[in-house]
Amino acid sequence: MLCCVCKEKEATVHLTQIAGEKMQKVDLCEECAKTKGVNDPTGFSLADLLLGLGASQEIEQAAGGAELKCPRCGFTQADFKKAGRLGCPDCYQTFAEALEGLLKTMHKGTRHVGKVPESLRHTRDLSDRLKLLQKKLSKAIEEEDFEEAAILRDEIKQTTARLANTPTA
Amino acid sequence: MDIHLFLIPPVETARRKGPHDRIVMSSRVRLARNIKEAAFPGWAKKQERIRVLELIRPAVMTLPEMKEAFSETMDTLSQLDKQILVERHLISREHAAKSAGSGLVLNRDETLCVMINEEDHLRMQALRPGLQLRQAWTAIDQADSALEKKLEFAFSPDLGYLTACPTNIGTGIRVSAMLHLPGLVLAEQINPIIQSVNKLGLAVRGLYGEGTEALGNVFQVSNQMTLGETEIAIVERLEKVLAQIIEHEENARGSLLEKKPKMVYNHIGRAYGILANAHSISSKETMNLLSLMRLGVDVGLFPGVDRSLVDELFILTQPAHLQKQHSEKLSAEERDLLRADMVRERLRPVSRPNAKLLTPPSSGLDKSQK
Repeated sequence: MLCCVCKEKEATVHLTQIAGEKMQKVDLCEECAKTKGVNDPTGFSLADLLLGLGASQEIEQAAGGAELKCPRCGFTQADFKKAGRLGCPDCYQTFAEALEGLLKTMHKGTRHVGKVPESLRHTRDLSDRLKLLQKKLSKAIEEEDFEEAAILRDEIKQTTARLANTPTA
Repeated sequence: MDIHLFLIPPVETARRKGPHDRIVMSSRVRLARNIKEAAFPGWAKKQERIRVLELIRPAVMTLPEMKEAFSETMDTLSQLDKQILVERHLISREHAAKSAGSGLVLNRDETLCVMINEEDHLRMQALRPGLQLRQAWTAIDQADSALEKKLEFAFSPDLGYLTACPTNIGTGIRVSAMLHLPGLVLAEQINPIIQSVNKLGLAVRGLYGEGTEALGNVFQVSNQMTLGETEIAIVERLEKVLAQIIEHEENARGSLLEKKPKMVYNHIGRAYGILANAHSISSKETMNLLSLMRLGVDVGLFPGVDRSLVDELFILTQPAHLQKQHSEKLSAEERDLLRADMVRERLRPVSRPNAKLLTPPSSGLDKSQK
């Protein structure tokens, strides 16, 4: 098995970190293990290491050969490979596909459930409600409950209108 | 403004009290925020960094907590000033390396500290002595809510607060506590503890944060995951884990004193011996020995000595603090001499550790008399 950092030497250091229900595995050669500080358990976190490895590869794959470039800040996959950081908030959209898998291995979930800026809280509540109503509507139609469907359709109309009137994120 | 006139003297800092401060030296909650539509500091051109800094700094200054705050751009601070701030755990080493286009706002009682254009546009942290994660979270949450009225943060409904590094995305929160764990280190239980804490998705780091060694038996425990969990859930998880670590540390100290008292007294006695008599000592050795003295104070080997004496020396013996007390530029060797002088002087009123105080009334004899 080759080291997943340098891809040259034989991997002799095998790491497994279990965080919650997720298992992450990394195989390194001795040299790379040393430079990544793996020998020091106090200063080492697998997530930081994985970030450097997985991210650039996944972004490359997602780009399908053509170089992806953020339209706002001009950041490219090569820059990410070098820095391990993104260029601007919009990069998350530019590289969304590639980042998805990475975020999944790195975090507890892939959707934010914490604090929301007050100005956006209203919008978020409305869009959550809209999603719920649409789900109910398809169920009502499926069950041929057209009375219920009509009520839901009106509610969806109202909610959509309210959402359109609030300032967007 | 001169940072040294502003900073609280170490003697006062060392006297601050908090719950469980025997083991938990301090608590911290940090939030990462970025301005919408602006490149992250690491990618932005200097001009854009300055624009963002000039947008954020006045907004931060309007916070009620920031009345009489210290507020400077990083290019106006000397290398030494920045190093002192790192040694006080007020800024990161990464931030100390910044210059024009980055800034710092620190409140009067050093409980709220905002780094501008570190890795993210805003890194704001609330600090508390002892174990006070929840109080720190409430404080930083309030500051953040006040700031979002003045600044438009980069936020996505799905991914939350957007950060330069994907490891911070979502809540942008890092909840951490600095722990003094000499018992677990002496009992050789620290590695399994670190491993099980890692398994719970928490990171254990050294004294100065990311990538640093655990000098003086001081460890930082913090969350790693920031997406898919609420802030309060993260705070609660940390609280649970810390309660366990505290218990393990207390148990380790108790059982060491019971089963291997000579080993403990030997370590502490030697530490005292060197600190009280050395004429040259490195910063690293000083920290490691002060840690043992702190343990000695905790277990009652130094009656009448307050823990704050040790904690003050923890601060004062670090390289930049030592340099600051002398006008001429010191070499490392010169610092080692001056450090030893200072520690010897400060420990003069401290009597050598008295193990007799701890020995239970000669139980062996009692039994044979019966």
